[in-house]
Amino acid sequence: MSTFHANIVAGEELPARTFQIDRALLVQYANASGDQNPIHQNEEFAISVGLPNVIAHGMLTMALVGKYVSDLAGGSAAVKEFSARFTKPVVVPANAVVELNVSAKVSQNENGLVKLDLYASVDDVKVLGMAKAVISTS
Amino acid sequence: MLNPDLVGRTFAGDTSTLVTQEALDRFCAVVGEENTQIAPPTFSISITLDQSQTLLQDSGLDWSRVVHGDQRFEIKRPIIAGDHLVCSSTIESARAVAGNEIVTVRSDLHSGDELVVSTWSTLVVRA
Repeated sequence: MSTFHANIVAGEELPARTFQIDRALLVQYANASGDQNPIHQNEEFAISVGLPNVIAHGMLTMALVGKYVSDLAGGSAAVKEFSARFTKPVVVPANAVVELNVSAKVSQNENGLVKLDLYASVDDVKVLGMAKAVISTS
Repeated sequence: MLNPDLVGRTFAGDTSTLVTQEALDRFCAVVGEENTQIAPPTFSISITLDQSQTLLQDSGLDWSRVVHGDQRFEIKRPIIAGDHLVCSSTIESARAVAGNEIVTVRSDLHSGDELVVSTWSTLVVRA
């Protein structure tokens, strides 16, 4: 069951939420996804390839935004489409907890499908661009 | 450089990946998803990432220089434990922009004849 009321309209803003990202979560995501690229775990390696520090997997950021979408949708089963552009890396220093702020706005509600524009930022810097989801409300 | 003759070509996998409950549990735990009966929306990347690299290993794409540009999912039905998924990957487009190569790869996951998830990854191959 979707958590949207039936006559939700374009322009309506949905409650924002914060996810916390730390190095331990990066390791957990690496093991869950199979993406063991060292830029997401090894500071020395990340810096050697020109990054400021270890960065989160773009797909981890997207997975967290996906959780936000699933909860809005009343469960993952209602999520039909999900897309995002990786615009800025999420830098995760050792012993830091980075806050990922996620929000959404309805862009359309038609024929049992709600389209969302999604926003994800860290310290007021957008980390995803053109992020969108389509949710079935039927 | 990607071999330009391969644009439009589909590389069909011949081995299936069994989705285990443990794999769903691990992925759900990362995002704090309590319903582990079905896969979260981006779970399929854990199958297509590895499979598409294998399928495209002879394409000339230099995976060591790849940065993930964007990602899209079309989910026909949620993945569940016990699914045997076969990946096929298609190089939909390749173009050069400012010295980088931008390649779009579509990967479809099928269970038997049923299309379960289609994904599109835009990969930026740094010069």
